[in-house]
Amino acid sequence: MTTKHEMELIDSAARAQQVMDGELGSEKMVLNMGPQHPSTHGVLRIVLELDGEEIVNAWPDVGYLHRGDEKIAENMTYTQFIPYTDRLDYLAPLANNVTYAYAVEKLLGMDVPPRCKYIRVICAELARISSHLLGLGSFGMDVGAMTVFLYTFSEREKIYDMAECISGARFTTSYTRIGGLAKDMPPEFVPMLRSFLKEFPATIDEVDKLLTRNRIFCERTRDIGVLPKEVAIDIGVTGPCLRGSGVDWDIRKSHPYSSYEDFEFEVPVGTVGDSYDRYLVRMEEMRQSVRILRQAIDNLPDGPVNSPDAKILLPDKEAVLTKMEELIHHFINVTEGINAPPGEVYFSAENPKGELGFYIVSKGGGTPHRLKIRAPSFVNLQALPIMAKGHMMSDMVTILASLDFVMGECDR
Amino acid sequence: MNLQAAIDRLKVRLGDAVSDPVEFRGETTLTVSRDKIVAACEFLKKEGGFDMLTDLSGVDNYGEDPRYEVDYLLYSLAQHCWLRLKVRVSEEDMIVDSVTSVWQGADWHEREAFDMFGIRFRGHPNLKRILMWEGYRHHPLRKDFPLAGIPAELPETAVNADTVRTAPMLGGPFVTSDGTRSSIRREPRQFDTLAERQEKLTHPTKKESV
Repeated sequence: MTTKHEMELIDSAARAQQVMDGELGSEKMVLNMGPQHPSTHGVLRIVLELDGEEIVNAWPDVGYLHRGDEKIAENMTYTQFIPYTDRLDYLAPLANNVTYAYAVEKLLGMDVPPRCKYIRVICAELARISSHLLGLGSFGMDVGAMTVFLYTFSEREKIYDMAECISGARFTTSYTRIGGLAKDMPPEFVPMLRSFLKEFPATIDEVDKLLTRNRIFCERTRDIGVLPKEVAIDIGVTGPCLRGSGVDWDIRKSHPYSSYEDFEFEVPVGTVGDSYDRYLVRMEEMRQSVRILRQAIDNLPDGPVNSPDAKILLPDKEAVLTKMEELIHHFINVTEGINAPPGEVYFSAENPKGELGFYIVSKGGGTPHRLKIRAPSFVNLQALPIMAKGHMMSDMVTILASLDFVMGECDR
Repeated sequence: MNLQAAIDRLKVRLGDAVSDPVEFRGETTLTVSRDKIVAACEFLKKEGGFDMLTDLSGVDNYGEDPRYEVDYLLYSLAQHCWLRLKVRVSEEDMIVDSVTSVWQGADWHEREAFDMFGIRFRGHPNLKRILMWEGYRHHPLRKDFPLAGIPAELPETAVNADTVRTAPMLGGPFVTSDGTRSSIRREPRQFDTLAERQEKLTHPTKKESV
């Protein structure tokens, strides 16, 4: 005699999500991608609804890297928050430092010397190249072109060396200060940058040869993850993803900050809005960054890098030890922080991933009342379900790579 | 339509629901009454050309009345200008109409404001927590939430001690039984001294005693 046993299977996390959304009973398969998937570039979880191999729906689930940066910011002085900005888009810490410094300076209503602006441009563009190199390298690797990754990473290594030279740290640079920089760039930095700019375009050309006309790469990226212009604007997508969709909008051009109006460069714009266009935009942006960097070191102004306002920047150490007034400024600056006027400002800059904005609400005093970080990755990721719908499961990897997000910034 | 014209026409359209513009560091802020925010956004998007919602942020003005505010930052790609709208929300009635019908990008921003401040958005298609986990009870960006946090239960995982049951065939024939020795006992070389290890390396055939 046979007996029938009913066995209960343990629910997977994806199943639990399905039950939560009340969509049990369909014949489609729900698959969990991440939070530990190599192509999610961090801790992004995507719940995929699959019909066979086709993606019917995708729900990105963010928040695994939430560290409460905005809460932390409310409890410390403006200067103390600079190291936290390194950890937002941790692939381009220099650019985050620059954006944050300008945001606070806008609140204070102050200006920085021209040399400081140029060095900040150098920082921002180096960060852009570094971030795009990683984006392209992992893009290539995700779609099966391993070689590109090795080429781009050897170049990134040089950028890290330069970051170390200029700020003392390869990764967590914390290079800017409110009203200036931690220190002027050392004399060996400019020759280092010059030799990098001499060698680097050759690497871009090599990557170009490896990917742009590569049949496999083209077929895996063309018409994959198309983001129409109207949808991109409606969602608020910014950066290379918006320009890949054919919108000519770059904050460096439309709202020039940090003396970007002095520089000659083009803004590449895509036509179709697919993954291939976003790849092309990033490639061209690196070439334009090289152009900007060349102009920046050729026309680098002399003079101080820090604003002379002792109530904002720490005075000279020697003066602190010998003069009364400087000692008082130093003491107040360290204990109470910079006295900011009440008001609210929003400053955004063109970061490698898109528009990084800081919205600061100040009630006066040394700490922000509210500091909202408008992270480009957070906003851009909203476009993922729209881009993924109807594509194959394996195209998800391409779409994720072409969005080029970073979870440190998305989850804050 | 430039910024000033858009503000003027919005004021004509909505009357007293829109305050006078406040300027600070070249940025314009309008305070809009809570029930008119969707109308204001719709008008500014369709006729003012503010096609992008750059940011949406909650703010807790603890000790003031109304306690909360929601700030909308609109951007016009044609005019290259930002405009901030501000809605004040009282603690007793923390509901604001959702602008997801105007910009679909408002979705995650409103979820974040709900998650961090507990402001509810009426008409939002999927108002769930986004950065904290489902089932978390607090709203961390409120000023009365301590920086060090409040102890909370962690979310249920799919597999934990309560849900794992022993396999039904355990103890039957042909099923490997649980080991009786601990992992350290199963790996006797753990206890070897350096001399013993060298001895075993030079005489690999010598029988090991457990």
